[in-house]
Amino acid sequence: MTTVSSAAHTRRDFLYIATAAVGAVGAAATLVPLISQMNPDASTIAAGAPVEIDLAPIADGQIIKVFWRSKPIFIFHRTKKEIDEAKNVDVNSLPDPATDAERTKPGHEQWLVVIGICTHLGCIPLAHQGEYDGWFCPCHGSQYDTAGRIRKGPAPKNLYLPPYAFLSDTKIRIG
Amino acid sequence: MSGPSTYQPQSRFLQWLEKRLPIGGLIHSSFVTYPTPRNLNYWWTFGGILSFMLGVQIITGIVLAMHYTPHVDMAFNSVEGIMRDVNYGWLLRYVHANGASMFFLAAYIHMFRGMYYGSYKEPREVLWILGVILLLLMIATGFMGYVLVWGQMSFWAATVITNLFSAIPGVGEAIVTWLWGGYAVGNPTLNRFYSLHYLLPFVIAGVVVLHVWALHVVGQNNPAGIEPRSGKDTVPFTPYATVKDSFMLACFCIVFAWFVFYVPNFLGHADNYIPANPAVTPSEIVPEWYYLPFYAILRSIPNKLLGVIALFSSIAILAFLPWLDTSRVRSARYRPLYRQFFWLFVIASVGLGWLGSKPPEGIYVIISRIFTFYYFAYFLIILPLLGIFEKTRPLPNSISESVLGEMGPRGA
Repeated sequence: MTTVSSAAHTRRDFLYIATAAVGAVGAAATLVPLISQMNPDASTIAAGAPVEIDLAPIADGQIIKVFWRSKPIFIFHRTKKEIDEAKNVDVNSLPDPATDAERTKPGHEQWLVVIGICTHLGCIPLAHQGEYDGWFCPCHGSQYDTAGRIRKGPAPKNLYLPPYAFLSDTKIRIG
Repeated sequence: MSGPSTYQPQSRFLQWLEKRLPIGGLIHSSFVTYPTPRNLNYWWTFGGILSFMLGVQIITGIVLAMHYTPHVDMAFNSVEGIMRDVNYGWLLRYVHANGASMFFLAAYIHMFRGMYYGSYKEPREVLWILGVILLLLMIATGFMGYVLVWGQMSFWAATVITNLFSAIPGVGEAIVTWLWGGYAVGNPTLNRFYSLHYLLPFVIAGVVVLHVWALHVVGQNNPAGIEPRSGKDTVPFTPYATVKDSFMLACFCIVFAWFVFYVPNFLGHADNYIPANPAVTPSEIVPEWYYLPFYAILRSIPNKLLGVIALFSSIAILAFLPWLDTSRVRSARYRPLYRQFFWLFVIASVGLGWLGSKPPEGIYVIISRIFTFYYFAYFLIILPLLGIFEKTRPLPNSISESVLGEMGPRGA
């Protein structure tokens, strides 16, 4: 039996490193499907297609809740008073500064469209509650104003805006 | 600890087997002749109780899985079917649901015992860390099991807990979508939680084997906190520990049975008998009682990211306990100051549990913050300094001396 010096490079060393390299690449490649399968599947993504909403039946001051991509969307038909409340705020004093104009579409200031999920830990805030006439989250007490901006409580961000566009004055498409 | 096996198989078959697979000798040396410190008290019986509870949960869980349907439209009704239609289904479900509570109760007692007597100290650091890993696995398993019921509390617990990961800057939202398999908690989430809830108990069982293995390498700690020095300091596992463990297990089962048969819903929340509704969040969300201290820590911090970090840190910090406690004396019996801080820590932990069930407002928030501060200060400030400044009492020379006095054994 011959002994091989550990310093010398042998064919076994080459095979060892080559096999390990191929094995490492293979293991990494195997992880791709194993991890990817947990992301939303094709049917879930297909069900997340845009939805069209008729705004005509929504009364002044009313907030309706529709679902898009399993998420509740609040559509708020704001009164003059509620719009003024949202505008007459020192933007720099807000935890997540944003003007009312940035939260709505030009020419459609009476409509506020936000994702109805508290940016803290995902509960659905209750409409027309709290100190700012907007929303109050029952889970951890976050409060949002009439522009869906965070005013008080542990949530770090304003209610998120979904992608949407006005098709006409009384119809929007979300998504 | 255990020396060469003295196991002598009696029957011809066992002799034949022992030559091919020495499992009899392993059991004999681990659970019969294994030397246990002679001064162990009843607080040392909860390891056995925990093993028993793991068995109860696995057996009832496998049976429940035969009748449960992991689909958002059918899950809640299949659970009600178990309660009303399946033979003894009500019993199996109540044992499983209350079993989770009993499991955590025993685990917390087991941990407090380890902390009081310094069981995490050298050479038992790995044993302790394996225990912390078991706690993490139990938390994950219990949470996912609670979601399977698919009531209102299940759904919103799943939403809030998975949203903890949205606090991670940058990739948080992507991770949450990945966890859900959709844009909100839904059928893919329920399905994968079912799969993992079935898997994790067996992972726990595997880590329990490592935990017991590590225990049998370093041996048990004991109320005196000193190592056995001679045969006089130990007694064989059987019958001494076997009967003590069994007796306490029977007492524990009486409490368990009282919950199952008399107040099976006392530890649950009534809202979980309302089917999950993704459109309405219940007016108050409360986790199961065994998560309340961690929940209170999360809520006591008025910043989302820092709150989540505090929540995870409050568990992770336990793994560093062997190095945060700088005292060389293990048992609180000989540490007069440590003992007082320890009981304050118990009060803070139990108090946080109580506060977690209260609304996050007014005086509750203030007390939560004080207790949360104490919780972390205990590990990060008090324990490191106490090892330097505390004047400990003299340790006994041996375990038998601590039990029998300095005169030595008098025909024990």
